[in-house]
Amino acid sequence: MSSENVMSAQKSASQQSPDSTTSATSKTGQGNPVLEIRGLSVDYGVGPQAVRAVNDVHLTLNRGEVLGLAGESGSGKSTLAYGATRLLPPPGVVTGGSVLYHPDDGDPVDLLRMTPGELRAFRWSQLSIVFQGAMNSLNPVTTVAAQLTDVIAEHRPKTSKADRMARAAELLALVGIARDRLDSYPHQLSGGMRQRVMIAMALALEPRVVIMDEPTTALDVVMQRQIMRQLAKLKEQLGFSVIFITHDLSLLVEFSDRIAIMYGGRIVEQAPAVELYDNSLHPYSDGLLHSFPALRGPRRELTGIPGSPPDLRDMPVGCAFQPRCPKAFDPCGGSPPPLVRPASDPGRSVACYLHPSA
Amino acid sequence: MKYFARRLGFYILTLWAAITINFFIPRMIPGNPVDSLIAQRRGEIDSNAIKSLDILFGLDKHQSLLSQYWSYLGQLAHGDLGISFQNFPEPVTSVLGSALPWTLGLIGTTTILAFLIGTLLGVFAGWKRGTWVDGLLPVTTFLSSIPYFWLGLISVTLFTGVDSWLPSSGGYDPGLVPGWDFGFIGNALRHSILPAATIIISSVGGWLLAMRNMMVTVSAEDYITVAHAKGLSDRRVMTKYAARNALLPSVSGFGMALGLVVGGTFLVEYVFSYPGVGLQLLNAISGHDYPLIQGVFLTVTVAVLAANFLADLAYMALDPRTRKEG
Ligand SMILES: Nc1ncnc2c1ncn2[C@@H]1O[C@H](COP(=O)(O)OP(=O)(O)OP(=O)(O)O)[C@@H](O)[C@H]1O
Ligand SMILES: [Mg+2]
Repeated sequence: MSSENVMSAQKSASQQSPDSTTSATSKTGQGNPVLEIRGLSVDYGVGPQAVRAVNDVHLTLNRGEVLGLAGESGSGKSTLAYGATRLLPPPGVVTGGSVLYHPDDGDPVDLLRMTPGELRAFRWSQLSIVFQGAMNSLNPVTTVAAQLTDVIAEHRPKTSKADRMARAAELLALVGIARDRLDSYPHQLSGGMRQRVMIAMALALEPRVVIMDEPTTALDVVMQRQIMRQLAKLKEQLGFSVIFITHDLSLLVEFSDRIAIMYGGRIVEQAPAVELYDNSLHPYSDGLLHSFPALRGPRRELTGIPGSPPDLRDMPVGCAFQPRCPKAFDPCGGSPPPLVRPASDPGRSVACYLHPSA
Repeated sequence: MKYFARRLGFYILTLWAAITINFFIPRMIPGNPVDSLIAQRRGEIDSNAIKSLDILFGLDKHQSLLSQYWSYLGQLAHGDLGISFQNFPEPVTSVLGSALPWTLGLIGTTTILAFLIGTLLGVFAGWKRGTWVDGLLPVTTFLSSIPYFWLGLISVTLFTGVDSWLPSSGGYDPGLVPGWDFGFIGNALRHSILPAATIIISSVGGWLLAMRNMMVTVSAEDYITVAHAKGLSDRRVMTKYAARNALLPSVSGFGMALGLVVGGTFLVEYVFSYPGVGLQLLNAISGHDYPLIQGVFLTVTVAVLAANFLADLAYMALDPRTRKEG
């Protein structure tokens, strides 16, 4: 992608300013952002071979909110999370944007401009992550206790060893794991237990924001719901905010306040969970909703989405979804539709020419 | 524990097999070669020693194979490996006993040193991949690809001579009597500098590259990303998370290398005429000293097995997964 394109994309975004802080209609923390991603772009590789996996993404997480991020495999959800937290493995590079964190007191800080020392202190104490590969997220050669306590020791060096162990046991209890598992090694735990250990670890320092990247994908449905319910309870108790990433939209509808849909590295729709479920505006969201069976509510027909996700090295001109879109019409082949608040419902945003802004 | 017991059982079995093979080989050589040598020296060797050699090499054809085998095992149990022909009338065990400390001291120490230095440098090289450090890698590849023999000869030519402080051969000055005094130890250390340096130079690169590559592999693991995300210090992630895991394959390799300390050192000891086991073996082969050759082989076998057993123990201590059943 040429730099010219990036410029125009950024300009259109700032003109339309799809500011979700005002669009959020959830009861919790409306207009009270804790994490603001502004115009974030991430490339894999540099020079002519670079592909843009995340393209000018604006996303706001409000205090106390669960924000769901959904999209097909390869749509850039993990890349967005890694990029925003500066954990991108090479060859990933953040090429633009900012990520503002609003502490409970004090001025917002930009994660992307923190010094390494500031970043280390910020990590886990303010924002923690449960990674997609939770199965391999634990160090195989040390005990669960060691991995739960080392992060406490790092950030709160004044705590005593006994206190840290007590805290580790408490954390395990929080996710329903017996304290005698403290001395276990990861290979001695079941997949579900490992996943829950990772969730417990994410809560060790009572961060304000927890990003969860498909934390339950490898589990059976029963275990998935069980963990999700545990998580919802913990959230109520501890009052953190969550960005929940998954490709399972039905899970999100159930557990999140607001949902953002990603396609080809861009956010294509953003709306309160119920509204998105009942009345999705973007044809892609509609397709996604018809790709998963809903566990609750009326049955819908499962149709899936024909075609395959776009190739980042060869993105369609105009709307990235247009080649697969049943409702594509003339303007779709022009320039990518900007994310705007549609005239029909200014409480949400969508990037589709079918729904122009007011 | 079950794993431990199984490994121990395996090593005991292997040792027994090696001893048994050692028993059969001389018996399978047609027209026993030791026979003639004993015949030549019959007058000089006392009858006990002859009996012991008979047992070791199967010259006593009157006994059944099984009873020969039993007396052979009994003799080994007493540490009797026969008499060295070349060093007559010294028993093989005492020849080996005076050569082993030199080999273990020089080669053992340098093997351990090379492993430690190479692994430590490898940890850093792997952690700092993609920086200027990568530029140094071709140097280590070059160093580890030089044939040892050549490296030894070059260093002798370059660094020794009449007016040089570094001696070109031997383990100590000929006039000295081995003992635990400063004069002798200092002299022995001075003799070991050049062989030690050449060994380290030629083997450190291998450890470095192995460790570096494992560090690079491990660095891509999810738990390393998690460790970074936890805000742990760079040092802690490098040591407790990355290096700790990357070390595991090297430990097995190190066991192998330790096992070869006794047996794989002919070149070093040959180039520097160093009075160790390797040099003894070379001499024994050229002098048809069969009892000594047998003794060296047995020692090498035991050393390889012991070192691998130690490596197994270390691996067990380092990797909790092996402690598991299976
Ligand atoms: N190291 C890499 N080099 C080049 N391209 C990459 C790299 N990693 C990811 N990508 C590309 O970036 C895009 C986004 O990947 P990402 O992992 O963020 O997707 P995702 O939405 O998290 O998918 P999933 O649901 O499968 O986890 C994909 O098209 C992928 O091919
Ligand atoms: Mg992902």
